[in-house]
Amino acid sequence: MNWINQPWPWYVAGPLLGLIVPALLLIGNKTFGISSSLRHVCAACFPANVKFFKYNWKKEIWNLFFVAGVSIGALLTISFIPNAGIVNIHPELASDLTKYGITDYSGLIPSQLFSWDALLTARGIIMIVIGGFLVGFGSRYAGGCTSGHAISGISNLQLPSLIATCCFMIGGFIMTNAILPFILKL
Amino acid sequence: MKIKDINKESGEFQQRALDTVCVNESHLNHPWWYNLKYVFVGILFGIVFVKAEIISWFRIQEMFRLESFHMYGIIGSAIAVGMLSIFLIKKFNVKTIYGEEVEFHPKTFNKGQIFGGLLFGLGWAMTGACPGPLFAQIGTGTTVIIVSLLSALAGTWVYGYFRDKLPH
Repeated sequence: MNWINQPWPWYVAGPLLGLIVPALLLIGNKTFGISSSLRHVCAACFPANVKFFKYNWKKEIWNLFFVAGVSIGALLTISFIPNAGIVNIHPELASDLTKYGITDYSGLIPSQLFSWDALLTARGIIMIVIGGFLVGFGSRYAGGCTSGHAISGISNLQLPSLIATCCFMIGGFIMTNAILPFILKL
Repeated sequence: MKIKDINKESGEFQQRALDTVCVNESHLNHPWWYNLKYVFVGILFGIVFVKAEIISWFRIQEMFRLESFHMYGIIGSAIAVGMLSIFLIKKFNVKTIYGEEVEFHPKTFNKGQIFGGLLFGLGWAMTGACPGPLFAQIGTGTTVIIVSLLSALAGTWVYGYFRDKLPH
């Protein structure tokens, strides 16, 4: 039973995630996707007469149940079967992060960057607020996120999804390697 | 197929098909609690997210610094399993548990996938989270991520507002 307290390797996690695609299709003809939930919340709460948010979001309410489940699953995991020990980090990443004063590797998310205290720092506000904004804006502009495009879309052999996924990766490489060092310096 | 063809004529379907990945819908009317099964699938998804450290900001940085195979292995094997599953569903014409035909909707290319994709990538590397992990990070107790989620909602809304002015 040791495995339950250890981080799961990619060859366990990846196939399990992949199985969500047929699971959703077979239990209700739903295409796996997460970012649409953000649109449904906008449509439900602040449609503000914007055409993009005027549709029958109630038809898509399953998606909100699904993302609520994601939060609950994470809460259950952290409460009952958390990963033991500190996060194992590549030594080069650790040595680079130390330069910027990020030395706490006790959680999955660095508390020195993502916490209510960090929200009051320049780099914290950029990463939490602007980062979040780009995730929401970009995924809707692209018509999907990692789940809808990279996993569902490519699984269904959709070329637009492959293009979007390549752009996700390019954007990520640019941010991590070219821009993030300047933000972390702040 | 027949009901879908009629729907396709209507503007609503066109708009939903272009803009959201979740256009599939059951033509059956079920009471709301049928949606609880999606909570269950979501819970499994959330467990995998945390146990495999997919929601870790560090793992995302390692991916974009080419320091770890972990995330590539996860996304790659997820796609492989998804692809095989869809192939089998199509080949054997597997029906849903309610006996409906499984529907697939081709995506149309537009420039948004490039511009939006690049912007999304920038945000992904900053927050260390795509939308799914945002929900999971909040679940693990990192409550400040609620601010990121609200920002993501704002981003979605701003996109919707300026949609007609953006190149697609």
